[in-house]
Amino acid sequence: MTITVLTPTGTLGYGFGKEALKRGMTLKPDVIAVDAGSTDPGPAYLGSAEPLCARRVIKLELEQLIAASRAAGIPLIIGSAGGSGRGALVDWMADIAREIARQSRQSFKLARIYSDIEPDRVTEALSNNEVKDFEAGFELSKSDVEQSTAIVAQMGWEPIAQALAEDADVIIAGRACDDLAIAAYPIAHNGDIALATHMGKVLECGAFSAEPFAMDVMMGFLNDDHFLLEPGSLNRIASLKSVAAHTLYEREDPFYQRGPGGAVNLTDCQFTTVGERQVRVSGATFEPDNEHWFKLEGARQVGYRSLCMGGIRCPTMIANLDELLEQAIEKTVGHFAPDNVHITFRPYGRDAVMAEMEPKRTGAPSEIGLLMDVTAETQELAHGACHFLSGHLLHVAYTGQVNTSGNLAFPYSPSDIDAGPVYEFSIYHLMKAKSAMELFDVQTEFVG
Amino acid sequence: MIEHKPLRELASIIRSKNAGPFRLTFDILFNDDSAYLAVIESGVVSEQTIAELYNVDVSKISSVHVLPQGRAIKVTMYRPRTQCSRSERDVYGCQQHAPLMELLVPIGGNYRQL
Repeated sequence: MTITVLTPTGTLGYGFGKEALKRGMTLKPDVIAVDAGSTDPGPAYLGSAEPLCARRVIKLELEQLIAASRAAGIPLIIGSAGGSGRGALVDWMADIAREIARQSRQSFKLARIYSDIEPDRVTEALSNNEVKDFEAGFELSKSDVEQSTAIVAQMGWEPIAQALAEDADVIIAGRACDDLAIAAYPIAHNGDIALATHMGKVLECGAFSAEPFAMDVMMGFLNDDHFLLEPGSLNRIASLKSVAAHTLYEREDPFYQRGPGGAVNLTDCQFTTVGERQVRVSGATFEPDNEHWFKLEGARQVGYRSLCMGGIRCPTMIANLDELLEQAIEKTVGHFAPDNVHITFRPYGRDAVMAEMEPKRTGAPSEIGLLMDVTAETQELAHGACHFLSGHLLHVAYTGQVNTSGNLAFPYSPSDIDAGPVYEFSIYHLMKAKSAMELFDVQTEFVG
Repeated sequence: MIEHKPLRELASIIRSKNAGPFRLTFDILFNDDSAYLAVIESGVVSEQTIAELYNVDVSKISSVHVLPQGRAIKVTMYRPRTQCSRSERDVYGCQQHAPLMELLVPIGGNYRQL
């Protein structure tokens, strides 16, 4: 028996080819499944509950996917709704789905799956020693939990399988393990869990595993002892190199793919080409856990940011830059003390991208784009400190100066830009739950 | 005779990427076995050489994996700063690969292709 999964793109909202979707649908998928986010864009999306992509873009793509899945009579699964998968974003996306149902006069069963975790649940786990650090490098504390503006857990395939069992047509899931959101349908239909999860891992980035790579449609055909990958668009191929490269992508351990429920062992995987455009993958095995550990993600606000960009072209300023920047920090921090002002300079054109890891820091560039970044407790304070800082550098005097009229070329006025709240990761730990379902809430409704 | 070639002339993909908020991972992939084996045999991709290249302590290198079947070498280090901490430089970690492109690989006499 073959279970066919169509993944339209690597991230819902990042686009896909209409023709590729149309062609993919002719291959008779059993499900359309797509990931809509991760922690990759940073903690701000979780902390602020802002969607990763604009509403109109999500609506445009959802319209096409709902139409395709309804026409074929197959379910549509969306994981990590809105980017961070926070409950408010599940609601946001569900609202878009309801609007589409109304406007296109379609009716279907909509499932929402929430993965938000109450702080009390985490502190209870802390006191039971049921929280562990696996790569953050710090033990979680009660204050980390209390300071978090939002906490989500990465669900496995089971909550999605429950929504499928309740005959949901469109499933909008909160934070979900990306491979398992794609693998949920095949696993729920007795597909091999190891192969389905491995296939989910390759599919979750859409045609990123194809050549040429793109945010586009990718197909997976799951069979008893292997799966096949094929891009939706005939202009792309799956190659050994593209699939193997993707197996390594954005994770440390290329042999173990860990998630809630267990680990997929990829040590004995085999990749072979089939025809011109397909790759056959086999060999993954599953090592189940007997306990239920889930990855928690939390974000806390650490202040507000204001920015200023200034160009530097004067060779004497560039030659003295390090010393002048150091003095500017001292001066600004001193001026605003005891308020806590945090300054980061990013000298683009020199070492902004790599900082202390930059091996080519010697040799003076002819131009530097200096990004001045100030965070503080309030936006007003950040703004004030940023203006003080940029004003200081604009008019600072130094030895060897030939130009006394100003040191920074501002591209804008006002030169200081308020960038809003700043978040950092407060939680990135594993927590033990009572079951695969305990932390997740599945709600269904008829829409349209 | 030993000659030196920059890694970019031997590898087909050299890239860096976040692996969660606390790790930075580098992938080096090759189109053919001879280039892959030449780099492996040179021993030039190791915890020590990568630490030196990136000016970090060797303890900051988390792992080095070699994958013959994928003709790939994977190096992972602790992220120099937690993703999106206030002094962040590269949210996705995708522009940290450039020094690897210049890494000089000593090539021995039996290397033929390229």
